[in-house]
Amino acid sequence: MAGCRFYAGYPITPATEIMEIMARKLPEVGGVFIQMEDEIASLGAVIGASLAGSKSMTATSGPGFSLMQEHIGYACITEVPCVIVDVMRGGPSSGLPTQPSQGDVMQARWGPHGDHPIIALAPSSVHEFFELTVQAFNLSERYRTPVILLVDELVAHMREGVILPDEDSLEIEERPHPTVPPEWYIPYADPGTGVPPMPAFGDGYRYHVTGLYHDIRGYPTVRTDEVEPLIHRLFTKISKDYDRLQWFDSFETEDAKITVIAYGCVARAAHRAVQKAREQGLQVGLIKLKVLWPFMRRTVSRILENSQKVLVPELNVGQISREVKRVNQSRCEVLTMNKVDGTPINPSEILQKLEEIYP
Amino acid sequence: MRETAHLVHDYLRSSKRFPHIWCAGCGIGIFMQALIRVIDQSEYSKDDIVLISGIGCSGRLPVYVDFNTLHTTHGRALTFATGIKLVNPRLKVLTVMGDGDAVAIGGNHFIHAARRNVEITSFILNNNVYGMTGGQTSPTTPQRVKTTSSPYGNIEPDFDICRLAEAAGAVFVARSTVYHTRLLERLIGMTLKKPGFSVVEVVSQCSTHAGRFLELKSPVEMMKWQKENAIPVEKAKQQSEAELEGKIVIGALVDRERPNYHEQYQSLINEKAKV
Repeated sequence: MAGCRFYAGYPITPATEIMEIMARKLPEVGGVFIQMEDEIASLGAVIGASLAGSKSMTATSGPGFSLMQEHIGYACITEVPCVIVDVMRGGPSSGLPTQPSQGDVMQARWGPHGDHPIIALAPSSVHEFFELTVQAFNLSERYRTPVILLVDELVAHMREGVILPDEDSLEIEERPHPTVPPEWYIPYADPGTGVPPMPAFGDGYRYHVTGLYHDIRGYPTVRTDEVEPLIHRLFTKISKDYDRLQWFDSFETEDAKITVIAYGCVARAAHRAVQKAREQGLQVGLIKLKVLWPFMRRTVSRILENSQKVLVPELNVGQISREVKRVNQSRCEVLTMNKVDGTPINPSEILQKLEEIYP
Repeated sequence: MRETAHLVHDYLRSSKRFPHIWCAGCGIGIFMQALIRVIDQSEYSKDDIVLISGIGCSGRLPVYVDFNTLHTTHGRALTFATGIKLVNPRLKVLTVMGDGDAVAIGGNHFIHAARRNVEITSFILNNNVYGMTGGQTSPTTPQRVKTTSSPYGNIEPDFDICRLAEAAGAVFVARSTVYHTRLLERLIGMTLKKPGFSVVEVVSQCSTHAGRFLELKSPVEMMKWQKENAIPVEKAKQQSEAELEGKIVIGALVDRERPNYHEQYQSLINEKAKV
C-alpha cells in the first residue's frame, strides 16, 4: 500500500517472514522480489532499484544489519530513498536469534561510519508496524534518505487483529521529480527545500551518483566550499522538520509524578503497568516514542520539565536512556530499567519498579 | 581526428573538470575509448546505458562519460546493477570493475551474478594489482612477485577470472588486452548483444605499481609484454597447459545460451499479476 515494488533480502531469523511474504505478494502487483547472496548485496540491489525509480525495501536482523551499514551510509550521501527493517534480536554477533531485544538503537543511529543524519521509527503493535511502514516510505521519499524501522522480535512476531485502512485514505508521498528539461538539471543543487529533485535512470536525465563527496553536479570533490555545504544540507534537510517528526502517544501524563518513556514491546508492558498503577491511585504516566531518530528532544524535554522522575525501561543496557539523560540536564531524576537476558519486560516488573520509586 | 572530436564532444562530460585521475600510461583510458567507440556504433542511446563501477582506479571511469552513471561501493557494483536491471529491463546495464574489486571483495557478488544470469555486461580491468592504494597484492597478482603487501614475495596462487566466470555460469566470457584494441572493440560489441551475464576481462597495465614489481619499466614495455604473451584462443586450443603457462589467452572463450533471470521473472509477473 505504501507503493513498495522492489524487495531484495537474505534469510535471517527473526525477519525472514517479511521476505517470504514479499516473495509471494510482489509478483502479484507487478513488483520484483529477489533473494540475494548476502545482506550487503540486498541493500545494494535495493538502492539500485530505487535509482531506477522503484520504491524499495529490505528486512533483516542484527548480523545482517551490521553488514548493511556500508550501504546505509552510501544511501545517506547519495540521497537514495529506501526502507530497511531491522527486527532486533539479542546481540552482539549471533547472540540470541529468537529472543527480543532493543540493542540496535545506537547502531541504527551511528552504524555507518562518518557523520550522517538518520531516521528510525519504532512500532509497538502490528497496526503501528503497518502505519509506520507507510510513514517510513513517505519520509524516505520526502527527504531522499534511508529510513530504518527498528522493531523488536516480539512485535515482529506478534499476531493480533488489525483493521487496515482503505487504500485511498492513505496519504502516499513520492520523491520530488525534476520539472526542468534535462539540459538544465543540476542533480544536487538545493531547490530551497534541501531535497533535490531525483529522476530515475532512463528518464533522460543522465547524471552521476557517487559515494564520494560531490559538487552540485554530482562530481567528486575535495573542495572545502563544496564538501561542507553538502554535509550541512544532508543534516538540515531533516533537522528543519524536527517539529514534524515528534510522533508519540501519551497516556495519563498531565498530572504524572513519574513518567515512563518507552518504545516497542516495552511500551505495551509499560502501558499496562501505568493502568494498574493508576488503579492503585499512583500518579504515573507514559510517553510511547514512535520516532527514535532523530531523537524527539522537544517532546522529551516537556516530560522532563513536568515530572519529578522519569523511568526508561529498555531491552538493552541503556541506549535511549542515555539520550534522555543528555536532554535532561539535571531537571529531574532519570531512572533506568534494563533487561538483556532475552526475555521481555513484564507489566508487573514495571509496576513494581514504579511502586518502589514513587515519591 | 574528426571521429575523435565527435566522440569527445558527444560522450565525455563537458561539465566535468578534467584532466582525469589516471596516471600517464594507464590502460584504463584505452578501454574507455574502446567502449565509447563501440557504443557509438551500437543501437543504444546515451539514455539507455547505465554504467556502474565499484571502487579503485577503474571506479573513476563512469564520471567522465555522459551516460546514467553510478560509482558504488568497493566490490558491490553488480548488486546495484541487479536492482537496476530488474526494475527497468529496457536499460542496458554495464559494470566496470577492477581485479581486486570484482574477484576479491566482490567475489561473492561476482559468482552469484554469473549464476543468476541477470543481463549485466561486466568489464573487469585486470592490472594485477591494487593501484589506487599503492600497489598491494590482488587475487590476480602472479605468485612470487613482490608487492607492497607481499615484500617477501606473493605466496598465494592467482585467480583466472575467465575460468571463474565460466564455472559460475556466465553466458559470454572473453579476454583481451588493451594492446589488442581492435579485438577489444570486437569483444565489447559481441558482449553487448548477449542477453545474460557476460564478462570481458581486459588485461591492462599499471606501470606505476605493477610495472615496478613485474620489472617492466614503462607502459610501452608493458604493452609489448601484452603483445608478445597473448595467444588467440583458436591457437591456444592446439597447445598444452604447460605451453600456455604465463600466457594470456585472448578472444571469445565462452559463448552459450541460458535462460536469464529477469525474463523468467517477467513471465512470473505475467502469470501471477492480479488484474
